Amino acid sequence: MTDPNTTLSPLELEHHDKTYLDANELIINMGPQHPATHGVLRVILRLDGEKVLGLECVIGYLHRGVEKIGEHRTYTMFNPYVDRMDYVAAVSNGLGYCETVEKLLNVEAPPRAQHVRVILTELNRLASHQLWLGTHALDIGAITPLFYTFRDREEILKIYEKYCGARLTTHAFRIGGLQYETYTGFEKEVKNFLTFFRPKIDEYEELLTTNRIWVERTKNVGNISAEDCIALGVTGPVLRASGVKWDLRKAQPYCCYKNFDFEIPIGENGDTYDRYLVRMAEMRQSVRIIEQAVDALPEGPIMAKVPKVMKPAAGEVYHSIEAPKGELGYFIVSDGSTQPYRLRVRPPSFVNLQALDAMCRGQLVADVIAVIGTLDIVLGEVDR
Amino acid sequence: MIAKLKGNYGSGMEPLTYAGQNYMVVDRSLIPEILQVLRNEEQFDYCVDITAVHYPAREKQFEVIWVLYSFARNERIRVKTQIKDGESLPSSVPVWAGANWLEREVFDMFGIKFDGHPDMKRILLPDGWKGHPLRKDYGILQQDNEWVQINLGIESGQ
Repeated sequence: MTDPNTTLSPLELEHHDKTYLDANELIINMGPQHPATHGVLRVILRLDGEKVLGLECVIGYLHRGVEKIGEHRTYTMFNPYVDRMDYVAAVSNGLGYCETVEKLLNVEAPPRAQHVRVILTELNRLASHQLWLGTHALDIGAITPLFYTFRDREEILKIYEKYCGARLTTHAFRIGGLQYETYTGFEKEVKNFLTFFRPKIDEYEELLTTNRIWVERTKNVGNISAEDCIALGVTGPVLRASGVKWDLRKAQPYCCYKNFDFEIPIGENGDTYDRYLVRMAEMRQSVRIIEQAVDALPEGPIMAKVPKVMKPAAGEVYHSIEAPKGELGYFIVSDGSTQPYRLRVRPPSFVNLQALDAMCRGQLVADVIAVIGTLDIVLGEVDR
Repeated sequence: MIAKLKGNYGSGMEPLTYAGQNYMVVDRSLIPEILQVLRNEEQFDYCVDITAVHYPAREKQFEVIWVLYSFARNERIRVKTQIKDGESLPSSVPVWAGANWLEREVFDMFGIKFDGHPDMKRILLPDGWKGHPLRKDYGILQQDNEWVQINLGIESGQ
């Protein structure tokens, strides 16, 4: 008789006759209500003692049918909904959506709008990475970074609040450009923030980079090779930490990123520690981009000529941007009406989460927490 | 590359461009071969996305789309095929491991099955759910009331 253990997934095993399990093997459920799963993620672990033999993710608890909603709203009406997917990087979601619809309409945002978009999106990358760092360190047992990063993230949220009235789900961009002109003193405030923030990155690094507990908990934990990343479709900092120098901002520049000088930080080992270093280096690069964008901020209009009632010609477009978590793509099929015929979101978190099983096999249970943290998933985006 | 593929497959494959983006419409029967060729010979080693579109008025109701990217060429291409309701497609998990969840999502949302997929079941909706929400005949307020009543113990989620 064949041993079902080799063919059944952990989820099936849970409902299966447990007598087939080896005496040392356990099936353990983690989540969906668990502080270290960063939302409502359920993971079913198959363990040998403390060693992970395999795991299965159960997702969908936050499924709201965003794609279905998109088919029933006009292009303009759907714009605020995209902010609710990756809610810690709402501005990036908006940028991807607006640029895709602009492609369908064949318009381009004016230079001033593009620069403001870059400034706000990169500030958003900082905010997203700060939130990641704080919660990731908290999961591993370091509580101080959380206070530091949230204290500094507040300054970014204040800029957003002054710019568009919202802090988290900002709805900052409009199709064709921006709705709001920047407020008086915007450039100065952003520059002040950069001066304030640059030494803070050193402060975070001081807490962690050479901290013995941090290094022991993250080095050689959750390794993934570049080949595995590509095969699984993993993008963003996770891919770069495995040594692949690929960033959509450089590979296929969108908005006005080609005007700015910045580097793509990469890692070597593809472990949790390298992913930490890559994200820290990315924050420094974002600061560089924002500085250049503020210095070069041109005068001019902030909206392109866009019709009040948008009816893009029938056709289909896929466009993607480098969100803080990886490649965020939108695929929109237009049938010439005011609503998208089909709107597909390719979320980075959803695809990256697939790598969790490969990254956790052979590790300890405690490392699963570290790996979930280092993947930097947002369940609002995984489930949509 | 496109000319070469066109030469090899003739009328089974039609290359198109819209808004500067290349895509090709491929016969259902050529799909396994073309995906293999794109992956192994043309270096499209990253499967970005798999998704579908429902056109209820057509005879072949579904369009399934693969979005592919090649790191070596820094190029994107979309492969599109049309299938009837109830028809299945070969799974591309052996070609790109990352296709696993993407195919499960297409199955969950449209009810299109992928043959040879290691674990063909729903991913976002619960296992016992009836219906596939991204089909055009599935209403925006529609839900599986029976499932909601049995599993959540409430009359309706709305």
